[in-house]
Amino acid sequence: MTIRYVVLLYDDEAAGESATPDERRRIMDRHGAFPRVCAEHGIAIAGGEALQTSDTATTLRRRGEEITITDGPFAETAEQLGGFYLLDAPDLDSVLKAIAQLPEYSLEVRPVDPAPGGS
Amino acid sequence: MNDAIESAAREHWGHLVALLAGQFRRLDLAEECVQEAFTAAARHWPRDGVPTNPPAWLLTTARRRAIDVIRREGATARRLPDLVVDAELAKRAAADAEPSDGAAIPDERLRLMFTCCHPAMPAAGSAALVLRLVAGLTVGEIARLFLVSEPTMAARITRAKRKIAAAGIPFAVPALDDLPARRDTVLAVIYLVFTEGYSATAGPAAIRPELGDEAIRLARLLDRLLPGDDATVALLALMLLQHSRREARVGAAGEIVLLADQDRSRWHAAEIAEGVALLDRVGRDRATVTPTARRYELQARIAAAHATAPDAATTDWTAIAGRYEELEQITASPVVRLNRAVAVAEADGPLVAFELLDGLDAVLPGRHDVHVVRAELLARLGCRDEAAGELDRAIELAANEATRHLLEARRAGL
Repeated sequence: MTIRYVVLLYDDEAAGESATPDERRRIMDRHGAFPRVCAEHGIAIAGGEALQTSDTATTLRRRGEEITITDGPFAETAEQLGGFYLLDAPDLDSVLKAIAQLPEYSLEVRPVDPAPGGS
Repeated sequence: MNDAIESAAREHWGHLVALLAGQFRRLDLAEECVQEAFTAAARHWPRDGVPTNPPAWLLTTARRRAIDVIRREGATARRLPDLVVDAELAKRAAADAEPSDGAAIPDERLRLMFTCCHPAMPAAGSAALVLRLVAGLTVGEIARLFLVSEPTMAARITRAKRKIAAAGIPFAVPALDDLPARRDTVLAVIYLVFTEGYSATAGPAAIRPELGDEAIRLARLLDRLLPGDDATVALLALMLLQHSRREARVGAAGEIVLLADQDRSRWHAAEIAEGVALLDRVGRDRATVTPTARRYELQARIAAAHATAPDAATTDWTAIAGRYEELEQITASPVVRLNRAVAVAEADGPLVAFELLDGLDAVLPGRHDVHVVRAELLARLGCRDEAAGELDRAIELAANEATRHLLEARRAGL
């Protein structure tokens, strides 16, 4: 029995862009080690991507028949969504242990709804 | 007979909920079926007599009930996922489907405590859930203690149970390397229950001692289940020492009586003695004392200094001021600085204390106690008008009626 979780990675893009090559390498090393860390905690990685910076985002809102399209992410925040992992894990504690080994981010863990719209 | 059922509930409620949750992997079902087992006991025991092994009777009744409910639900899928329970517990919890008369019931309450007080839970939800599932209070009782309506409390508890199941918070005692941090979260929840009763934030009554009783009971339980832990012992000592003053803290008309004016013969001597004795057990190994343990210990030693002094004048204020200074270094808390200022005023005079209040209004906005302390210091320095002005501000800001009455009386007496 596993639970599927989405882990959302938030960080300050401006700080990320000014990172030195050394800092970038350390960040990528941690992501590189993540599959091994996950395996140690009984977690399978089902997916995951890094996203381009939020200035490449486009937001579409539909209200009735009215559609508005705007430049940028849906909310301006101090930290921006920069990527995600999709994990199959035995429980929340194992996820928290594993993602503590990722680079310095603010991480939001959300269980996937196994039956969207109710059952 | 009611006594037999009530004492069985006090003693076994948490055990039964934990076991049923382990077996059936559902907190809601466990809570509901244990409740119904006690309802059945109230019906059967007066007629048939108290069974030889009450917890075994209750467990069997609750389990049958749970199986009935699951059968009735049949294929109608539930929306909530199952509680994450390890295979070993599931096996153990289901082992004696019909416990024999002499069988002891395994104690899984530690899992229940850690699950209810997981750091991923909102603290208010944890506090309510621990009182419901571990201590066995009814939703109505918890609602009254926290001064919210019963539907509001029921919704809070339902949300908390839902979060545990949906987020996949495991029904487990954390691994050894996580234990200290996770234990601190449990202690923080227990202390939240206590402080809500010790200094009511809203409503007519200044204190609600029943919450203190429950918090002390939970801390004793944790101390028994996870023995030899400095932080738990220090918190238990702290709560006993503060709780020992409960009757002297409130006057005949429900008004707050300040420490200096309390009738010390009304302090509970046995609780003070127990608190002081517990403190002897704390901090023997300085190297391993965590900041949390030290924080509770310092607070408890301050409370002990008050509790063992014959009166306010002979209290060792210099020692208390020193403990507050260390506490402020650990916590960087402006509230601690405010308390330190009060002790310093007694030890070194109002002028030295006055300087400690600098900048506190900015970091403690809307708090009446900053103004109260400043008013007292001003009064001692002979500045009556300024003191009255500070008390006016304090009266405006005070949230509870008993406090407001006390401040109005003080203002009139300037």
